[in-house]
Amino acid sequence: MSRPVAVAAPILFVALLLGGWEAACRLLAVPTYFLPAPSQIALAFASSGGLLVLAAWRTLSTALTAFAIVFVLAGLAALGAAASRTVERSFRPIAIVLQVTPIVALAPLFVVWAGIDHPDRAVVALAAVVAFFPIYSGALAGLQAVDPELERLFDLYGASGWQRLTRLRVPSAVPHALEGMKVGLGLALVGAVIGEMSAGGGGTEGLAWRILEASHRLQMAKSFAALVALTMLGGALYVGFQALERATLAWWRGHPDARR
Amino acid sequence: MAGGDVAAALNAVEVDYPARGRALGPFDFRLESGEIVALVGPSGCGKSTALRLLAGLEPPTAGAVQRAAGRGETAVVFQSPTLAPWLSAAANVALPLELAGAGRASARAQANAALRSVGLAGAERARPAQLSGGMAMRASLARALVTDPKVMLLDEPFAALDEITRRQLADDLLALWAERRPAIVFVTHNVEEAVYMAGRVVVMTPGPGRLAGEVRVEAPSPRPTGFRTTQGFRDAAEQASDLLRQAMGAA
Repeated sequence: MSRPVAVAAPILFVALLLGGWEAACRLLAVPTYFLPAPSQIALAFASSGGLLVLAAWRTLSTALTAFAIVFVLAGLAALGAAASRTVERSFRPIAIVLQVTPIVALAPLFVVWAGIDHPDRAVVALAAVVAFFPIYSGALAGLQAVDPELERLFDLYGASGWQRLTRLRVPSAVPHALEGMKVGLGLALVGAVIGEMSAGGGGTEGLAWRILEASHRLQMAKSFAALVALTMLGGALYVGFQALERATLAWWRGHPDARR
Repeated sequence: MAGGDVAAALNAVEVDYPARGRALGPFDFRLESGEIVALVGPSGCGKSTALRLLAGLEPPTAGAVQRAAGRGETAVVFQSPTLAPWLSAAANVALPLELAGAGRASARAQANAALRSVGLAGAERARPAQLSGGMAMRASLARALVTDPKVMLLDEPFAALDEITRRQLADDLLALWAERRPAIVFVTHNVEEAVYMAGRVVVMTPGPGRLAGEVRVEAPSPRPTGFRTTQGFRDAAEQASDLLRQAMGAA
C-alpha cells in the first residue's frame, strides 16, 4: 500500500460515513432531538466552543489531579510492596478489589462522603480509584524487573539498601512504570467522566456533565458536540502521553542511532 | 607461580539447590595470587556456581570458602555485559567506586582512565544501546578493572562474541593482566580459549561438578603471536579435551 493511499483511506472512509449520516438525516427527516446531522453537531460545536473548552479543562484537571494523587500513592505502595513480600501480600486483595469493583457502584458512596458541597472531590476520588491499579501494578512490575546480574553486581560491591533502591530498582522500573501510567491516565479520564455523571456534577460542570445536561433537555446536537470534545480530549491525552513516554524512554536507554 | 599466596580457595565445597539438587562438589580449588586459571566443563557442571562461591555471592552448602580479597577487591564479569541501560559507559564503569562512597568527580576520572585502558576512549558518554557487543564487553571489563581488584572472576565473558572480537579481547585482557597481575578465574566451555588464556586449566566433570583433572600450560603470557599454531598449545588443548572426554564418558 502506497503512503498517500494509507493516509487517504481512513479519511475517506470517515468522510463517507459522515456523508451517509448527513444524507440519511436529511432524506428521512430524522428529528434533531433523536439524531442530529453532522452539520448540526458542527454548528453546535462552533457556537458553544468557549463553553466546551472550559468544560474540557475542568474534566482534564479532574483527571490530572486524580492522576497526580495516584502517582504518589501507587508509587509509594509499589515501593513498599517491592521492599517486602509481606507488604505485597497484604496489599494484593485490596488492589484486586479496587480492580474488579465496577466504579459506578462506588459513586453514590463517594458522593455522600465528599458531602453535598464538594461533588468535585467525589469525582476526583472516583477517577483516582480506577487509575490506581494499573499504575500500582506497572510500578511494582518495574521495580521487580531488575536484571539479576546487575543485582549481583550490587551485592558484590556491598551496595546499601538505599543505593540499591535509587540506583538500581527505581531506574530499572521506568519502562514498566510508564506503561502502567499510560493505562492509568486513560482510566483517570474514564473515572472523571463516570464521576461527573454520577455525582450530578453541580460543582464540576465538565464535559460529561454537559453531555448529560444537554441530553436531559433533548438538545442532542449540543450533547454530541460535548461528546466530540470528550473524544478529542481523550485522544489528545493519549497522544500527549505517548510523546512523553517516547521521549522518556529515549532518554532512558539512549538513542541507538545517535552517538554522542 | 607455584607456591604463591592463596588469593581464594574452595575446600571440599558442595552446593545443593532445593529444586535442582546437587549442583557442585565436593570440589577443591585453589587460586594463587597473580595466576590465571581457566575452569572448563560441560554446561551445567557448576562452573558458574563455583565462581559465585569465590565471589562470596552465595555460601556453600558444605565445605569452606577462603577469600583473601576484601570488599571491593573482587570483580566479576558476566557472560552478558550487564550494563545499566540508563547510564552512560563512564557512569557504568564509575558505579563500583560510587557504591563504595567515592566522590563523583574522582570516580568519573578513574572510570574514564579505565575506559581508555580497554580501548574505549571517546565512548565515555555513549549508552550501552549505542555500543557494539564487543565494545559493551570492553566497558564491562573496564568496570571490573576500575577498582584495581586482586581477584577477577570471569564467567564465559566472550561466549556471546564473534570469533575475531573474541580473539582480540583475549589478547587485550592478557595485556591488561600483565600490567597489574590480578588473579583471574576464567570460566569457559571452550578448551582452546581456556588454554590460550590460562596458565592452568582445571577440567570439571558433568554436574554435579568435581575435579576431572588439570593441565598446565607452559608458555609466556601475554601469548606470543601464532601461539595457537604451536605444538605446546595443541598438546595442552589435546590433554584438556581428553580429560573432558573421559569425564563425560565416566558420567
